[in-house]
Amino acid sequence: MSEPRKIGVFICHCGGNISDYVDVEAVRATVEQEPDVALARTTMFACSDASQQEMIEAIHKEGLDGMVVASCSPKLHLYTFRGVADRAELNPYRYVQANVREQCSWSHREDRAGATQKATAIVRAGIAKAAASESLENFRVETLPAVLVIGAGVAGMRAAISLADLGLAVHLIERAEHPGGNLRTFGATFPNNRSGSELIQTLLEEIQQRETITLYTGAEVIERSGSAGTFRVTVRLSNAETITVPVGAVIVATGFDSYTPAEGEYGYGLPGVVTLPEFRRILDESNADGQSSAGPITVGGRPIKTIAYIYCVGSREAEDENRTYCSRYCCTATVHTALLVNARDPSVNQYHLYRDMRTYGKYELLFEQASRQGSVFVRWDPDQPPEVRGGGKRLLVSAADVLDGGDRMEIPVDLTVLVTGMVPSANEALVDTLKLPLGKTGFLNEIHTKLRPVETVINGVMIAGAAQGPKTISESVASSLAAVTKSAGLLLKGYVDLEPFVARVDAARCTGCDECLTACPYEALQKITIDGRDVVQAIPSLCKGGGACVPSCPEEAIDLMGYTNQQITSMIDAFAREVEYA
Amino acid sequence: MPEAHIARTGPRILVFSTNPISDPGIDLVGSAHMRYQPGVVTIPVPCSSGIRPSWLLHAIEAGFDGVFIAADGGDCAFVPDCTTRTAKIVDTAQKLLTEHGHDPQRIKMAAICSVCAEPFVNHMEKFSAALEALEV
Ligand SMILES: Cc1cc2nc3c(=O)[nH]c(=O)nc-3n(C[C@H](O)[C@H](O)[C@H](O)COP(=O)(O)OP(=O)(O)OC[C@H]3O[C@@H](n4cnc5c(N)ncnc54)[C@H](O)[C@@H]3O)c2cc1C
Repeated sequence: MSEPRKIGVFICHCGGNISDYVDVEAVRATVEQEPDVALARTTMFACSDASQQEMIEAIHKEGLDGMVVASCSPKLHLYTFRGVADRAELNPYRYVQANVREQCSWSHREDRAGATQKATAIVRAGIAKAAASESLENFRVETLPAVLVIGAGVAGMRAAISLADLGLAVHLIERAEHPGGNLRTFGATFPNNRSGSELIQTLLEEIQQRETITLYTGAEVIERSGSAGTFRVTVRLSNAETITVPVGAVIVATGFDSYTPAEGEYGYGLPGVVTLPEFRRILDESNADGQSSAGPITVGGRPIKTIAYIYCVGSREAEDENRTYCSRYCCTATVHTALLVNARDPSVNQYHLYRDMRTYGKYELLFEQASRQGSVFVRWDPDQPPEVRGGGKRLLVSAADVLDGGDRMEIPVDLTVLVTGMVPSANEALVDTLKLPLGKTGFLNEIHTKLRPVETVINGVMIAGAAQGPKTISESVASSLAAVTKSAGLLLKGYVDLEPFVARVDAARCTGCDECLTACPYEALQKITIDGRDVVQAIPSLCKGGGACVPSCPEEAIDLMGYTNQQITSMIDAFAREVEYA
Repeated sequence: MPEAHIARTGPRILVFSTNPISDPGIDLVGSAHMRYQPGVVTIPVPCSSGIRPSWLLHAIEAGFDGVFIAADGGDCAFVPDCTTRTAKIVDTAQKLLTEHGHDPQRIKMAAICSVCAEPFVNHMEKFSAALEALEV
């Protein structure tokens, strides 16, 4: 047996949040008996300045080599107490947080005995983990003051401008021939009727005024190496040449595609059945053709007097289909389109066959305006979807109005507009190159929807705009500016410290069998030769710390730092021991 | 010893939770004033795809009645196929249990999201009942 550790344990009352339900004194007296514990105290508020100061003094005075604070969830104060350890020159990774509030006192309010017993076990497990912990160091990596932005839609363009203004160099990569994305040739947009193409033109002029932004069109990312702060990205340019750019961060703003209905889906393929983006092009082009923006609308020479919009095409599909989500922009875009049509020719009859009207927030006003102008809203149920038939001169659209007893009504129309949702842009190669995480919907996935909405698990790779999921222009720009802030936060300091919870391979046990290489999607495990033997080595800067390689090793040669086999098994043993009170 | 300190309620269950997803979900049980039996304790790890099957056997042999993996499910930010990977770990662990003469039903897995407080409580109730049924 090695020397016992000198662990300090601090058990928090949390002003009663813990001590009202747990006998903290009994816990203290019991865990004090543990061989690795040098000192055990209770405290009214562990997070208070006075209490933190007391911990620092105790670490110095007792020469503690580990610390456990039994208090709230680590989500609240893990970093607080790691900071305390750090200030007392105790390696912060020898600190363990024991969650006795959310996962004990608050969950077992009616069972003081049970809660006290469980709290004791939780603290013991924390002590066991601290006893098996070793000092770890963050990885400090110097960062490059440059950002690669992929996709020059409104999100990517806006990001590029703000990054440049913060003093970061920008490489803006667009795979299409022209920048601008879905709004490049677009007419009036809600909520203020500003034209999409003008918006893009303004952004483009701003970009051209900034020398530190380089825009590449017809270009695509083909390779990435390195990690946060020091990526090297290879780009194939329109002339087939390749260049490699060193950047500190990457913002992926690759946008969306509009759903293309299947042949025959709500009559798609029949003359007079178009999608919303197609209809918007027709409207915009007929304006551009010199027709005044007032006057009759024609499609293929035929005058349009009655229009039916069918909502939710390719959105909110049944559970077993691909697109179960709401595309968010489309209800508003459609009522807004109806307003544009009305402005052009108020005699056009417009029927909106919708499922639920989701013109959220202030966009509700557009819905009201369209209603007042005479748009007719017919609500259908997914069990009885509308049908579109052709054949005659006009199309026949039938729908069961659930708000009117479910009777089927037939509407002869000149044009049926299928309100198509957003789907992820076709980007398999890029997703694979950057190892981008995808969510259930196929859009790019952030670390945490609420708290870390533009960061991905790939350190230094941010996501923005409709590439994350359906978004309006202002939502796309808001997320792109968030991605700018996160990139600048990473790069302006000049270095990053990465947490040391990465995989470690025990070379002596490794047989070079390769099982772990396929388990890691981030190429963080690589084959090397040591003394003529092929073994695997983990590359800390590439490792995401998920630990998927750990169970893949038949030799049990891989440990995740902070969650080693020894730490976990000794926690299990500590939990399993019967609690007998001191 | 104070008399209030002799509780021993329900089966003892070890839960493996995940830092980014299921552990916050389990935290929420407490924050939302819900409850489960105190025989349930949790070890948080970064991702459920990183759990060693041998840890599950170790827990059963150490005296736990059951092990529950509160998996990341589709929300996992580390690996897209987290559920498949975690299911494979459960499968291997169940075989290990069988080889060592334990009932493989002592291991259970379900995805617990970061706001899945109520589903977690329901899982604990169902799993406890199932474990109690095993013990007779
Ligand atoms: C019919 C319709 C009407 C709309 N009306 C409105 C409206 O009135 N008001 C409103 O607020 N919103 C509206 N929207 C939504 C709006 O279009 C989006 O919010 C906006 O376009 C999102 O911008 P983005 O930059 O994220 O994506 P996008 O505009 O899709 O731009 C993405 C860019 O990335 C490029 N790209 C993709 N993959 C790669 C790659 N691998 N490498 C390099 N480049 C790549 C694409 O070529 C594209 O240029 C409407 C959408 C539609 C479909």
